[in-house]
Amino acid sequence: MKPHTLIANGLSAGYGETLILDGLDLIVPPGRITVIVGANACGKSTLLRTLSRLLPAKKGQVMLDGKSIHRIPSRDLARTLGLLPQSPIAPEGITVADLVSRGRHPHQGVFSRWTREDDEAVAAALAATKTDDLAERPIDELSGGQRQRVWIAMALAQQTDLLLLDEPTTFLDISHQIEVLDLLTDLNQTRGTTIVMVLHDLNLAARYADYLVAMAKGRLHVAGPPETVLTEDHVRRVFGLESRIIIDPTSGRPAMLPIGRHRMTASATKEPV
Amino acid sequence: MLAPLVDSIVTNRRRRARRHRRVLGLLLTLVAATFVLTLLLGQSFTPPQDILRMLMGEDMPGVAFTVGQLRLPRAILAVLAGLSFGLGGVAFQIMLRNPLASPDIIGISWGASAAAVFAIVVLGLKGPIVSILAVSAGLGVALLVYALSFRNGVAGTRLILVGIGVSAMLESVIAYILSTAPAWTLQEALRWLTGSVNGAQLGQALPLLMALAVFGGLLLSRARDLEALRLGDDTAAALGVRVGRTRVLIIIAAVGMIASATAISGPIAFVAFLSGPIAARIVGNNGSLLLPAALTGAALVLVGDYCGQFLLPSRYPVGVVTGALGAPYLIFLIVRVNRSGGSL
Repeated sequence: MKPHTLIANGLSAGYGETLILDGLDLIVPPGRITVIVGANACGKSTLLRTLSRLLPAKKGQVMLDGKSIHRIPSRDLARTLGLLPQSPIAPEGITVADLVSRGRHPHQGVFSRWTREDDEAVAAALAATKTDDLAERPIDELSGGQRQRVWIAMALAQQTDLLLLDEPTTFLDISHQIEVLDLLTDLNQTRGTTIVMVLHDLNLAARYADYLVAMAKGRLHVAGPPETVLTEDHVRRVFGLESRIIIDPTSGRPAMLPIGRHRMTASATKEPV
Repeated sequence: MLAPLVDSIVTNRRRRARRHRRVLGLLLTLVAATFVLTLLLGQSFTPPQDILRMLMGEDMPGVAFTVGQLRLPRAILAVLAGLSFGLGGVAFQIMLRNPLASPDIIGISWGASAAAVFAIVVLGLKGPIVSILAVSAGLGVALLVYALSFRNGVAGTRLILVGIGVSAMLESVIAYILSTAPAWTLQEALRWLTGSVNGAQLGQALPLLMALAVFGGLLLSRARDLEALRLGDDTAAALGVRVGRTRVLIIIAAVGMIASATAISGPIAFVAFLSGPIAARIVGNNGSLLLPAALTGAALVLVGDYCGQFLLPSRYPVGVVTGALGAPYLIFLIVRVNRSGGSL
């Protein structure tokens, strides 16, 4: 798998007159897992949408492999960079296999027929996400966790080297969240797929990210390995929240414990020793 | 290791394609059978061999009039109008992911209709220029509704509400023009309120056929992108569909078909609205709805027209029959959509 460089230079974007991204710079490390965190409405989704050209940049630009993303033909782009939006829509009654095969869209021409390669890609995507048993089930019958795996399978069938995901774990219970994040890590490790995703849970973000990006007010606040990004100081500046950072014994990564006004032990509200 | 899985995917995909072909074949047979029936059976029965001899060019005065002048043009026009309404309607419904987004609900048919009435009654025009005006007005209304409902992109529901408002305005324009029209044009004028294929002439078929070929061809060439739009605009864009351009092409194609058909038959009530959902019921998840919806539209107009002429106690234009079918469905849909936010 070829490593691709995805870079945002002084990126500003938004809807109508309002700027949601305001001069953001980001270099996505190739072949790694990048996780974007930040408070609500800080521009995380807008960043993903602009990186994948769903939203035009008002200023600055997105460069893929040294080329401005707007110069790349749509189909070529869709074969290199995939995006799973926050709330994709499944047509009523569609089966899992049918939905996953929609991921082959950029690989097929207007009148071209299905090739063996298409079917193999769909099968591989179903197998990788363990949705092969569900292949002929209508998607409306599935649980939230299964459904999310099916959408990821569709993105996999697209066979892109770069995959952007907007909150792939929202609405899932904790075991399904871990299942989805483990699946994406497998994908990163076995195929070398570069993954960029938005997550809400800071502790899961710190656990699964190689590169953690914290955004605030449409800009990049700090980025780097989780150890340097998830600190009490950064949590205060990005989320306006007092917290205590400990080392998660299960992963050895930093984990954040929020400090509130109630139910705190006496030692928690004091300065750490 | 993946081989059995690949095989089962291929088998299932082929099975869906086979079912899709079977549905198409069935609908085609239905349309052909109804077409032939309406040629044979009107006020009187005309034996098929007589029709064949007439079509071969033999001089048969009686048959030439009942079939050649009355039934054949009517049936051909019913099929062409039905195909146009069905195809244009389902394209809008799929694109906006809402069965209520059909062109007859959001005002496009009424725009074409109002322009045609204005051209005929006020300007005293007739012939192809009326069709051209109707098509332009249909496109104009489509653009107007699109522009009025544009705010950070177009949301389906906002467009539908704006469209219903615009429809109401246009309907009142039509009613106003008709109320000032001379009484002897009333029969002709009625067509612009409910739609009808009364007094069809073969000469009207050619422009409609051409419009169908051009706009229908354009639409079918975007069929794959349209199918991708069903997953949502963002997902479609991520799959490499140029959403904005595809939308514009589909709107042009669908409006072109709807407006051309409206210019000739009037807005045959609810055919554009009903064809897609009926086709969706028949096709299920076995493939594209475009052609099945077109054939369903043709069958609806043919059957509706036949019922209106011969099976009901008095003679009604086809739009009255399809309207009687469509109105309850519209109510059902509004109730259901309010409950679940349904999709096509």
